[in-house]
Amino acid sequence: MYGFEPTDEQRMLVEAVQRFAQKEMRPVAHDADEAGELPPALIEKGWELGVLQASIPEGYGGFGERSAVTGVLAAEELGWGDLSAALAVLAPNAFALPVLTAGTEEQKRQLIPPVIEGEWKPFVAAFVEPDFDFYPGEMRTSAAARNGGHVLNGVKALVPYAEQARSFLVFAAQDGRIQAFVVPAGTPGLTIAAREKLLGLQAIPTYRLQLQELQVPAEARLGGEQGMLFEPILAAAQVALAGLAVGLSRGAFEYARDYAKEREAFGGPIAQKQSIAFTLADMAIEVEAIRLLVWEAAWMLDAAKDEAAKAAYLALTGAADMAMMVTDRAVQILGGHGYIREHPVERWMRNARGVASYVGLAMV
Amino acid sequence: MISFEMPNSIRKTVTLMQTVAENMMRPVSRRFDECEHEIPWDYINFTHEALKAMGGGTLAPSEGNGPPKDPDAPKRPSLAYQRLAYSAEVLSWGDAGLYLCTPAGMLGAAAVQATGTPEQKVRFLSRYRGDKPVFDAMAMTESHAGSEMPSATRTTAVREGEQWVLNGEKIFVTAGRKALVDSPGFVVVWATVDPGAGRAGVKPFVVEAGTPGCSVTKQEHKLGIRASDTVSILLQDCRVPLDNILGSPEVQTKTEEGFKGAMATFDASRPLVAASALGIARAALELLKECLERSGVHLRYGLPRSRMTNLEREVVEMEIMLRSSWLLVLKAVWMMDERQPNNLEASMSKVRAGDMVVKITQRAVELLGPQGISREHLLEKWLRDAKINDLYEGTGQINRLIVARRILNYSRHELS
Repeated sequence: MYGFEPTDEQRMLVEAVQRFAQKEMRPVAHDADEAGELPPALIEKGWELGVLQASIPEGYGGFGERSAVTGVLAAEELGWGDLSAALAVLAPNAFALPVLTAGTEEQKRQLIPPVIEGEWKPFVAAFVEPDFDFYPGEMRTSAAARNGGHVLNGVKALVPYAEQARSFLVFAAQDGRIQAFVVPAGTPGLTIAAREKLLGLQAIPTYRLQLQELQVPAEARLGGEQGMLFEPILAAAQVALAGLAVGLSRGAFEYARDYAKEREAFGGPIAQKQSIAFTLADMAIEVEAIRLLVWEAAWMLDAAKDEAAKAAYLALTGAADMAMMVTDRAVQILGGHGYIREHPVERWMRNARGVASYVGLAMV
Repeated sequence: MISFEMPNSIRKTVTLMQTVAENMMRPVSRRFDECEHEIPWDYINFTHEALKAMGGGTLAPSEGNGPPKDPDAPKRPSLAYQRLAYSAEVLSWGDAGLYLCTPAGMLGAAAVQATGTPEQKVRFLSRYRGDKPVFDAMAMTESHAGSEMPSATRTTAVREGEQWVLNGEKIFVTAGRKALVDSPGFVVVWATVDPGAGRAGVKPFVVEAGTPGCSVTKQEHKLGIRASDTVSILLQDCRVPLDNILGSPEVQTKTEEGFKGAMATFDASRPLVAASALGIARAALELLKECLERSGVHLRYGLPRSRMTNLEREVVEMEIMLRSSWLLVLKAVWMMDERQPNNLEASMSKVRAGDMVVKITQRAVELLGPQGISREHLLEKWLRDAKINDLYEGTGQINRLIVARRILNYSRHELS
């Protein structure tokens, strides 16, 4: 049976996250972007919403079951609030959820509780690589079995909070498969380069990591002896990001819509001109169409459908294009004002441009 | 709950329709494109029998109130419009022109269904259960008034005793010939009972085949959907019984409720037009992929843009367009079934599907080069068939206007 309405439980979560996005994220987003840092209290409050905790079963310290659909619903609201802060709040998801889906029982019991119990802590994933043609399916960071464990070599990019991180989940290619390795901060062979300077996401610190002959024990690899299946983890990262992009775009659409109703030219609100009104209609249609595509991909992931991996890829590709189209038109509707940093639309456009590159920074 | 699990009963409908599309439509697709004014009786008679065998048919309007009868009834919630959307999609995958010849109740029946009294539904819709296939049509457009028809209509309806007397000419009536000449069907004609009252005076009237004063005057030659007839209808002192008016005869200038009620049929029909469009789009995309595979082009998924070939980029983009547009349709018809107001969603699905089917068919033709434009394949025909979906049941622009008014919370006067 088809259905397009969230459950009551999901609706409650969405409302709570929307309140947080509106009251806490939006008011500080501009200054955080300018200052290059997020107020720690903001991240802590976002963490207390329990988006990750609600995805982890009680046995590992959480209070719920993982649902990608619920995750993208929450991600949309966080993305609506502010993408930098959203990725900060969700950073530990990219560490804990792969452990939940691919870890051995022992790994789950050992690794998950320290992440989710108590306050927000920087447990993060090292996923992206700096090459222009980075492709998650063929990472250049490599892992080789040696000395009873694994040796990692390579360069990672866009690793959030690397300087403060307690532990990293490093993704690397091993024997033609992508595997994940737990690398505690301070492991010899791990170098954290200077903070990255980016077009967008300026409020969240990200870094490059260098891994040189980095030795980890055998039990550091998720899934132990068998290793792990990468596709569902990649899909979880793709739908999470796509959900964030939908929220970001919805915010830009709403802002441009409200502005167009206020701004007067030629004797009335510009929204009463078809050129503006049709642009807004197209933006609304794109957001809605891609939102449904993202929901479907998330639902496929939850239902463990064979096509989930492809659906998640298409959803993210569609969401990245849609986000760029919608934020660009939002800037355009504001005209010259859209280019001024007092309005948020230029920031949303900068954040949107990188969506396709942020894969792996969040998961649901 | 958010779910994308296709109900089993819809899956069965799709399988059945797919068989019809492959065996009864595709083999004659080219022929009825080239012999424009021939009527595809084989397809019509076959589907009529098939629909009858299925208990009135999934496409046939039911008697009584509510949306079309659902074989799943009394199981709730209804799947009727979701099933219609899937049927429209699959049959249009077969052939969009032939799909419009399906004797199962189209726009005219939908108007009766949406706004008729129980007695009217019995009078006008029972004929679909008879031995012979029957057609219906909707006559709105006039030569000087397309999208502006409601307020600019010149066709008049004057009450004389126990009758309405209709005068005027309607154009672009889809299936009008089959409804009035080739079967004992009917046309729903929109006419004004008060030319000074604008939209509020415009009412739908049922004109049955054989009514004196009603004649088919011209059959158009079109870019596409040539299997389906498009005609002009002349009304000269055409008298219909008083009870052939759908909805209230009162002119409600203040609320326009009467008019709005009748316009609600568009909320049902627009997603179905969108569904039909996406059936054509799917056909084009599938053919494109088949041709590429046959030529040794292996399409890869999952790659970043920097590693994709142009063909891969195009196909990925088309798949995204197609699937996301389909989900808009699905949501719009799901809302119909759930009896939720879906005016915004209906127009959204129509705008996007109209755009996408044109883009997808045109790109597929372009990418296949000489094969794309060759009439040996059906692709060039699908490009021609596609365009109608951006035009009828409200052009892309008119539906954008509806979306814009909804999202901006503007009235017709604030945004025109």
